[in-house]
This record gives sequence, structure tokens and C-alpha cells, in this order.
Amino acid sequence: MREAWLPLAVLLALGAAPLLGFGGSYETTLMARVMILAMAAVSLSFLVGGAGLVSLGHAASVGVGAYAVAILDAHNVTEAARVLPAAIGAAALFSMVTGAVAIRTSGVHFIMITLAFGQMAFFTASSLAAYGGDDGYTLYSRTEVWGSRLLGNRLTFHYVCLGALALTWALCAMLLASRFGRVLRAARENAQRVEAVGLAPYPFRLVAYVIAGAIGGAAGFLLANATEFVSPAGISWQRSGELLFMVILGGVGRLWGAILGAVAFVLLETWLADHVAHWKMVFGPLLVLAVLFLKGGLSGLVVRRHG
Amino acid sequence: MTTQLLLVQALNGLQLGILLFLVAAGLTLVFGVMDFINLAHGVQYMLGAYLGASLAAATGSFWLGLLLALPAALLAGLVLEVLVFRHLYDRDHLAQVLATFGVILFLNEGVKLVWGAAPLQVAVPPLLEGGVQIMPGLQYPLYRVAVLGAGLATAGLLWWLVERTRAGMLVRAGATNAPMVSALGVDIGRLFTLVFAFGAMLAGFAGVLAGPIFSVEPGMGDTVLILAFVVIVIGGIGSIRGAFIAALLVGLIDTLGKSLMPDLMRLFLDASAARQAGAALASMLVYVAMAAILAFRPAGLFPVRAD
Amino acid sequence: MAEPLLRLVDLRKHYGGLAVTDGVSLDVLPGEIHAVIGPNGAGKTTLIHEITGVVRPDAGQVVFAGRDVTRLSLPRRVRAGLARTFQITSVVPGFTALANVALAVQARLGSSFRFLRPAASEAATNTAAMDALAEVGLADRAEVPAGALSHGEKRALELAIALATKPRLLLLDEPLAGAGPEETERLIALLTRLKSAYTILLVEHDMQAVFALADRVSVLVYGRVIATGTVAEIRGNPEVRAAYLGEDEA
Repeated sequence: MREAWLPLAVLLALGAAPLLGFGGSYETTLMARVMILAMAAVSLSFLVGGAGLVSLGHAASVGVGAYAVAILDAHNVTEAARVLPAAIGAAALFSMVTGAVAIRTSGVHFIMITLAFGQMAFFTASSLAAYGGDDGYTLYSRTEVWGSRLLGNRLTFHYVCLGALALTWALCAMLLASRFGRVLRAARENAQRVEAVGLAPYPFRLVAYVIAGAIGGAAGFLLANATEFVSPAGISWQRSGELLFMVILGGVGRLWGAILGAVAFVLLETWLADHVAHWKMVFGPLLVLAVLFLKGGLSGLVVRRHG
Repeated sequence: MTTQLLLVQALNGLQLGILLFLVAAGLTLVFGVMDFINLAHGVQYMLGAYLGASLAAATGSFWLGLLLALPAALLAGLVLEVLVFRHLYDRDHLAQVLATFGVILFLNEGVKLVWGAAPLQVAVPPLLEGGVQIMPGLQYPLYRVAVLGAGLATAGLLWWLVERTRAGMLVRAGATNAPMVSALGVDIGRLFTLVFAFGAMLAGFAGVLAGPIFSVEPGMGDTVLILAFVVIVIGGIGSIRGAFIAALLVGLIDTLGKSLMPDLMRLFLDASAARQAGAALASMLVYVAMAAILAFRPAGLFPVRAD
Repeated sequence: MAEPLLRLVDLRKHYGGLAVTDGVSLDVLPGEIHAVIGPNGAGKTTLIHEITGVVRPDAGQVVFAGRDVTRLSLPRRVRAGLARTFQITSVVPGFTALANVALAVQARLGSSFRFLRPAASEAATNTAAMDALAEVGLADRAEVPAGALSHGEKRALELAIALATKPRLLLLDEPLAGAGPEETERLIALLTRLKSAYTILLVEHDMQAVFALADRVSVLVYGRVIATGTVAEIRGNPEVRAAYLGEDEA
């Protein structure tokens, strides 16, 4: 944990930013996006680096959470005490059903089947004509907390996102260190070994998949509130690819790497989009280069330098 | 829905299946022989379509365009292999997914830069204009018949290459057991490059053929790519026969689903909602089929790899 | 005669037209070391798969401690007390030796769905794991990553993992395979020590080791047990000599 000073510093910086003059609408919107995507990326890193489950459909659980907010909003349910559990529960349920099938496969098949389930979620969202269909759905209002418009306040929302990210990190780290996590990590390296001590990896992987999905749902809840808008584009497989990229950019195997990955990804993307016309032509090759040359990810760089 | 319309849709489905097969064949070979996930295979299809379209426009002849586009697509595949993919063969699937994802971003944006964001229209070559009577009072476009024929011929050629030639034998052996092939003293690197370039050319060929049927636009490869992945996963990775059957299956399910679903939905919903929901649900069908097949046969219909 | 701990009843497995296990029946008595030997291609690997639950036999029964386990999966057989080691060493390379064994301990304690406490600092599992490591002479290597251990040490670690599941039967799949002469000597000494405390089914190529360790030997040839008996009986059996030992002496 000693090498985790950098992500801690990042969290501190995010906490201090509004107090240091970065509390404007543009900055807080950008930071909210960073923190929420980091939250989703950390939960994906828990799956990929912890359980060895390379999901190319993680954006779907985020999307399910976001759509739970939108659908409830359309039915005038905006109370966090009901919306948040619904978002988390829906994403967890989605992950449980899809995971039950997906985890029977492994390797490439797992990547592909999670992609397929993601696409199913994407097309389902597109078919929801009552909630905007392809065009997406604009919320009437942000979710209320016991009747008050707490989340409407920019600063409050900022710290809620920060808290959620910190909580996600702590939760995933705790899970990986526990007996449960030990089984997951062992099964990632050598599933046969785990079976030979009397444990079937399947239920452990499924629980991990559901937990990651639930966290994704919570991230979706925040994302819907941050933009006050949900659309199928947020569930597309490209979004899942981006989340995976944040994980690998940060470094697989270190949860906090995903936080660095998300920060770097969003900032780079935003900067390029603002300054370069065909920015994806720069971004794509950067991605390739990062994969080819940054093998331990950003967190690998940090750790290597410190011993 | 009349029988005639059903017949037309079935033919359309077969023809989509044939195009998918041309894309999936390269993908499944590359995947089977090199254990390499190439997400960028779809953009090679797109590149083929663009090259075909602009070469046809430049030369004034669809046929000349086709003839020139094939080596150009092959060359593009070679360049990508040498610059990027070659360095990824010994990396894990996660790295491959992400690096090739970067290539997609680059090329999708690249074609926008070169050809603009608006779709290109490609005219049907004069030789293949008009229709053929397939039933009394039912005309079917000659070009589409030709695509079916060309696709089937290519499939036959491919079958011959893989089953009856020495190179094909090596490729099949490589799909089952790559270390054994290199132990035989075959330069596995050269074999990889060959298979790769050949796969790229097939995808490009499919792109050229698709030009006059679908619009040629940025991102057109992504949809096809995902469907091609569904095809190879259903068919069993590395299996040409599996890819062929699965491609026709997916083509039929997708096309028939898209024409039947909205009608089916009209039983439950009003017309416009039924159209939107039906189309979206139809897009989902192939993924449902894939999930169902993988749930019962985790390695696909025709598993190749012996392990 | 005591009730056998493991009883194989007429196990059959065909691959295509080939009978890989062709009616194997075999008893392992409590407290004995029972060795299975046989030339290459005799069907030893498939037999082990059938005993451990990796492959399901077409016909026949695997009865363990009086209970029919033919349809149980590998993990459930391990929980019933049937531990195994692998021909190709199988450890978690990124875990320390201690964590490798502690994993087995927590599996035996039957409570791996615990989410809160850090597993690495749990005294209960670590103490039991240290005991198992000490039993195989690896106590001073506890904190070394398993991937960094020598081949012989990995073998010993695998034994410690198996012991930590508190097995009633140890199934050892060629424990000496790939070991150098010195390592072989050390492993044989270790197995001799374990002999008094455990019932062992030993599948092994090394004849010297088998004759030194085993109480009884079964000879597997082309998927059939052609003879079972004490070391002396097997050595003197003309059929065995013809089918198997002959080629070694030639």
C-alpha cells in the first residue's frame, strides 16, 4: 500500500480542487466524469486483475444503473432512498443473470459473450421508445435525498462522487484481501489448483461479477445525475472498451491503477477533443503505443520508480 | 407478411450471411492460428469498401476498382500487421483487444478525414443492373444474386485452400496446435503474416461487394465486426466450416428478425413504438442466439482446438 | 480384512473405439501405500482422472469411504477427503508458499465466503498452514513466492497443500517426475515419513521408488489390471515381467 501515495494524492487533489478555485461548472463537470468513470474502472479492475474475468460488457451494468434512474424519473420517482437501491439492484440482477451464463465460458469466449450481453443491453435501451429510444432521455431533475435537492448542489455532488470513488476503492481492496478474494486471485492464476483444494471457482467468480456489476450500477446512478441524461451510447461496446483501456492504462493488478487510468484517459480525451480536429487519429495510436510500451501501466511506472 | 417477401428476406439474409462469412473467415483463421483477437478486422472491411468505392470512381469502372482494391486491402493488412499486430501475438488477449481498439479509432477517424463523414454511394456495375425473376412476379436484384454467387465461390475456394493445399494443412494444424507446427520447422512468423494478409483481403473483398448494397460510411466496420465475432464464437473458433454455417445462421436470424419483429411487436404496441422496439429487439436476436448456444456448448458448434 | 478406503469397481472408459480403461477394479486399504504402475499408454492418466472426477467413466463405480462418488466433481471429492497432487506441479505461482497452503486450510474450514478480514494475517489459517509446511520441511521457505521455489520444493509444497486439506487418502500422480537424483532421494525420504500417517495411492514410473515405498502394487496394462499383490509377488509374477518389467530390463 505504500506505493499508493499517488492515487491518494489524486483523491486529495480532487477533494481540494473546488477549494482552490477549480469549483466552476466546467471543472466540476469534468471532475465528476473522471471520478464516476474511475469508479466503474476500479470495479472492472477488480474483475480483470482480481478475478481474471476480462469483461467487454462492463458499460452495460453502468448503463443499467443509469437507465434505472431514467425510468424511475419518468415515473416521478426521484427519491434517492428508492432510486439508488433500484439502480444498484437492477445492475446486480443483470450481472447475476448474464454472469451465470458467461462465467461458464472462459478466455476469449468470456470476452465475446460479455460483449454480446452488452450489445443486448444496448439494443434493449435503444428499443425503450418511452424513455427516448435511440436519442436518449433527459431527466426532469436530479435525484433527491429525503426530499431535498442536495445533489443539485455542484459542490455536494462533487464530494458525493469523491466519497463514492474512495469507498469503491476501499471496498474492492478489502474484498481482494479477504478469504473470498484469496480464492478469486488463486483461481485467476491456477483454477485447477483451487479445485484441487476443494473449491469450485464458479460461485466465487459469479459473486465477484455481481459485486462489480452492482458498483457499476452505482456509478451509473451517479453518471445519470451528473449529466441529467442517459442514452444507449453510454452502453455501447466502445464504452466498455474505454473502461478496459482505463484499467490497462493504469496497470492491471493494482486497483488504484484504474483511478490513474481514468484520470489520464478523460483528461487526454478532453484535451485532445478541444485542441485537435480529428483527435481520435491521435488518440488511437496513443492507445496502441500505451499497450505496446507501457506494459505495467501508469501504476507500474510509479511502483518501479519507488523500488 | 407474404411468402414472396419472406423469400426475398431469406435471400437477403443469406447474402448478409455470405458477407459475414468473408469477414469472419479471416477473423477465425487469424484467431485460430495465432490466438489473436483482432478487433480491427472490421475496419479492414470498411477500408475495402472505401478503397473499392474511390478506385471505382477514379477508374470509372466497378470491376477495375474491385481488381485494384483487393491488392490495396492486402497491402493495408500487411502494413498493419508489420506496424502493430506483429508485436501483439505474444501478449494477452486484453492487450490485443485494446491495441486493435486503438487501430479502430484511428482508421474510423482517418476515413472521415480522407473521404468525409457523409456516406458514399456506390453504383451497381452496369453489367449487373436489373433483376432476375425468381418467382412469377417476383424480381430480385441481379447484383445481390451475384454477391451470393461470388461469396459461395469464395467459400468454395477457401475450403479448397484450407483442406487441400499444404499451406491450408499448416493453417489447420496451427489452429489445433501451434507449437507443433513450429516444431515441424515451419516459419510460423511467415505463416502468420500470410494468413493475416489473406484475411484482410477477404474482409476487403466483402467490403467492396457490400459497397453498392449498404452505404459506405465511417464506423460501418464496427457492426460487421461484432456480428463476425458472434459468428466465429458460435461456429467454434478456428473452424472455417463452423464460420460458414454460423454466418448464414446469423445472417438469416438478423435479417428475418428485422423484418418480422416489428410486425410481431405490433401485436403488443402501437405502430411507431412497434417499429422502434421491433428493430431493436431484432438486433438483439443474434446475441440471444449466441448466448443460448454458448450456454450449452461453451466452445461453439464446431470446436477446433484440442485441449 | 478391513473395509477398503477406496474401491474402484469395473471402471470403463472408451475414446472412440479405444478402451482406455477396460474394466479396472482396485482396492486401497486404510493405512497402505498402494502403487499403480504400468507402461506408457496403459491408461494411468485416465484412471487418475476418473478417480479424481476430471473424467467421468462410461461405466463402473468409484467408492470412497463407503460412499459412491462416481458422479461428484473434483472439488467435492477433495472435500470428502480425497486429496491429490499433479504430475505437472500445480501451485499458485504468485502466492507465497504459506498462502498456497493457507488457501487449502481455509477451503477445509469451509468458509471461504468471508469478505471483511484480510486473509493474509489470519492466525488460524496461517498456523495450520505452517504446520503443513513444517511437515514437508518447508517451514523456512514460507514467505517465498511459490513461483520462485525449486522444482523439488514445489513438489513438497504441493504435498503440503494436499496435507492441509486433512485428506483420508492421498493420490500422488508421479510425484518424482522431473526430479533430479538428489531431489528424488529427499522426496522419497519425505514420502517414507508420510507413509505412517496417511493412506496413499501412488502412481509412479520410478520402479525403485515404488518397490521401496509400496505395500501393494497393481499393474495396469492396456487399461486392465493384470496383477495386484505385494512387491515380492509382483516382482515374481511372470505375466508382469513379460508385459512390463521385461522392457525395463532389456
